[in-house]
Amino acid sequence: MLNFLARRLAQIVPTLFFVSVLIFSLQQLLPGDPALVMAGEERDPAVIEQIRHQYRLDQPVPVQYAYWIKGVLAGDFGESLRNKMPVRELIAQKLPVTLQLGLMAIVIAFLIGIPAGIVAAVKKGSAWDYGANLFALWGISTPNFWLGIMLIFLFSIELGWLPASGYVPLTENWRASLAATVMPAFVLGNAISAILMRHTRSAMLQVLESDYVRTARAKGLSERSVILKHAMRNALTPIITLGALELGTLLSGAVLTEQIFSIPGFGKLIVDAVFNRDYAVVQGVVLVTATVYITLNLVADIAYILVNPRLRG
Amino acid sequence: MKMFRLAATSAAFLLSLAVAAQAQTTLRIGLAEDPDILDPSMARTYVGRIVFSAFCDKLFDIDEKLNIVPQLALSSETDDDGKGLVIKLRPGVKFHDGEPFDAEAAKFSLERHLTFPGSFRKPELASVDHIEVVDPLTIKLVLKSPFSPLLAQLTDRAGMMMSPKAAKEAGDKFGLRPVCAGPYKFVERVQQDRIVFEKFADYWNKDNVFIDRIVFQPIVDATVRLANLKSGGLDLIERVLATDLKEVRADSRLKVATAIELGYQGITLNIGKDKAKGPLSQSAKVRQALDLAIDREAINQVVFNGEFQPGNQWVNPDHPYYQKSLPVRGRNVDKAKALLKEVGVTPPVSVDFLVPKGAETETPAQVIQSMAAEAGFDMKIRVTEFATGLKQAEAGDYQAYMLGWSGRVDPDGNSYVFLRSNAPQNYSAWNNAQADKALDDARLVTDPAKRKAIYETLAKLVQDEEPLLYLYHRRIIIAHTTKLEGYKQMPDGLVRVIGLKLK
Repeated sequence: MLNFLARRLAQIVPTLFFVSVLIFSLQQLLPGDPALVMAGEERDPAVIEQIRHQYRLDQPVPVQYAYWIKGVLAGDFGESLRNKMPVRELIAQKLPVTLQLGLMAIVIAFLIGIPAGIVAAVKKGSAWDYGANLFALWGISTPNFWLGIMLIFLFSIELGWLPASGYVPLTENWRASLAATVMPAFVLGNAISAILMRHTRSAMLQVLESDYVRTARAKGLSERSVILKHAMRNALTPIITLGALELGTLLSGAVLTEQIFSIPGFGKLIVDAVFNRDYAVVQGVVLVTATVYITLNLVADIAYILVNPRLRG
Repeated sequence: MKMFRLAATSAAFLLSLAVAAQAQTTLRIGLAEDPDILDPSMARTYVGRIVFSAFCDKLFDIDEKLNIVPQLALSSETDDDGKGLVIKLRPGVKFHDGEPFDAEAAKFSLERHLTFPGSFRKPELASVDHIEVVDPLTIKLVLKSPFSPLLAQLTDRAGMMMSPKAAKEAGDKFGLRPVCAGPYKFVERVQQDRIVFEKFADYWNKDNVFIDRIVFQPIVDATVRLANLKSGGLDLIERVLATDLKEVRADSRLKVATAIELGYQGITLNIGKDKAKGPLSQSAKVRQALDLAIDREAINQVVFNGEFQPGNQWVNPDHPYYQKSLPVRGRNVDKAKALLKEVGVTPPVSVDFLVPKGAETETPAQVIQSMAAEAGFDMKIRVTEFATGLKQAEAGDYQAYMLGWSGRVDPDGNSYVFLRSNAPQNYSAWNNAQADKALDDARLVTDPAKRKAIYETLAKLVQDEEPLLYLYHRRIIIAHTTKLEGYKQMPDGLVRVIGLKLK
């Protein structure tokens, strides 16, 4: 176990180094000049030259990289070109928002996807099964932005129950915070629940046909106990891993939803930064996302080993 | 029954989450973008200027008719030789940190704009040689040469006054906690989420400030912005789409305030930097033919529901500096074809048409494409993300470029940098000695009638040479709830908060 952990941790360092080089060089390929974008409508050549100099944009890329990575190793991600905020502070501001949204979305996805998947598998071929499949198809094929706007029309404009957009931190007012995030979390969770439902259904179908379930039934256990205690537990292991990975994706993949609901999260931060050619912010956010993703993967692997003793070498 | 109970419980839960009513009056304003840094010396976006007007007073302001009126100044006087501008300052004004606003503070602010590293105000105040303190409430701007647009520059960010103490302490981080002398003072900002201000108790004009707090919220999507206004989440939104106007006007709980913008939308035609040396860059007649092929009123009707204003100059037809002797020409396809024939060009004339991404540029571009096709032009639309397009335009990698300008109070701000040879934004690379002379002369004269006469020469030259096809002027559309009273729209598009009341 320790051996495994040490090996995995040793792998993280070169991976992150590779990621950092990749982010840095890839964004140099972006067309457009950050100094020019930053200048906005005030495109005076002397001022633009000064910005280039100030942010070392006039130096060779490897030199720029060296300065950046030196700062990162000391915990300094640089500052935003657009508004002078330290990137570290920006990340600290946005990460909790996206984490809250992501976790809520995952909870919603699990609450919908797993029961639907189980029912579909147990009542295979019935109206329940078709209903659940229809729901899954709808969830996968409904565009986030459309569903988002429809929800806003229904719950904010027509019924007036929920705020149309914006964000309130949990620590400030938990009710207002939940009210502001429940619609976007549902939009995100809805799509994932469809995927979870499909996976749960096929995993359950496989398990339900296995020998030990037949044995359990033969022992005379109630159907309820067979499904919930015996079949579901085994079927869920891959689903939980899938959920963890989806959470990782949500960290950076909630862009559209964040845009519609004006949630000031990670996705919005990175998209705005790319359009503004705010290099320091793009680099910082991608690096942090990559680190979180790698960590989540590691945690999932460890959890797997803990759950499944057969993998402990 | 069980299902019903579940639905009822969830509805009750959702209801209980609804935000509680506020005790004090808060004006919530929806912005179309997240502003950049809130430092008057370093700020550079239009949306940022909207926020500034809530907390950062300027030496001068404009009124509805574009007259320059004093704000933190009391009066101004230009020396006879045009090389000195004496400004008397308003007494008893305080900055948000309690520091007094006086001649020293005004001198400090102007010098910061002029010399601070990374200041975007440097070019705007380039004519200023130095600033003298005449007495505690009078300053004198000594100019290198006469520069008539200077007073107009002081109605915008270059005229914003900052607390010297706070600015010295914060350095280049001043914009994170700005300290000015406006009606509201800065409370907090969460990037991409909100900027909060509260009433400044010692404001010089505090009797006309009625709302306790102002919260700016950037909401990029225009539909969502409007949805927030309708659901009561916001009290006022900027940049309502022209196509949404009908819906807003039909809503009895909403009000619309509009003005035609100071800027323009147009097509820059590459004259001096066209690598392919196409007919468009080589002959003014071909450019005129393209102009004649375009029906500006039809674009306005088809794309913008007739809400915008067709135009053909760098100022809109209602502007005091609009040359009425040169009205918008009507569409004339036959004449356009004849012009092409006269030059000996065989249609179709292929044109590389660079268009920034976005519905408000792409749709009119498509309409222009089909109009131009009838006259013998093959406009090949190339939709490009804004930053990339700008870089290509600088390099001359285009033949026609759909590009607008948000506009400035003085006509110089709408013409000089775009039309003067070798000026930074002269993407057309148009080079005309007569035009240069007119642009330079207009900066030396203060008398409006004389200036207008000089600009007439320029407008004629531009109409003949066509480095830029001015097309239309957008309507600035602000919508607010009927709870908000006293709102008036100024032509610069900014949201002024003095005198506003919330019922």
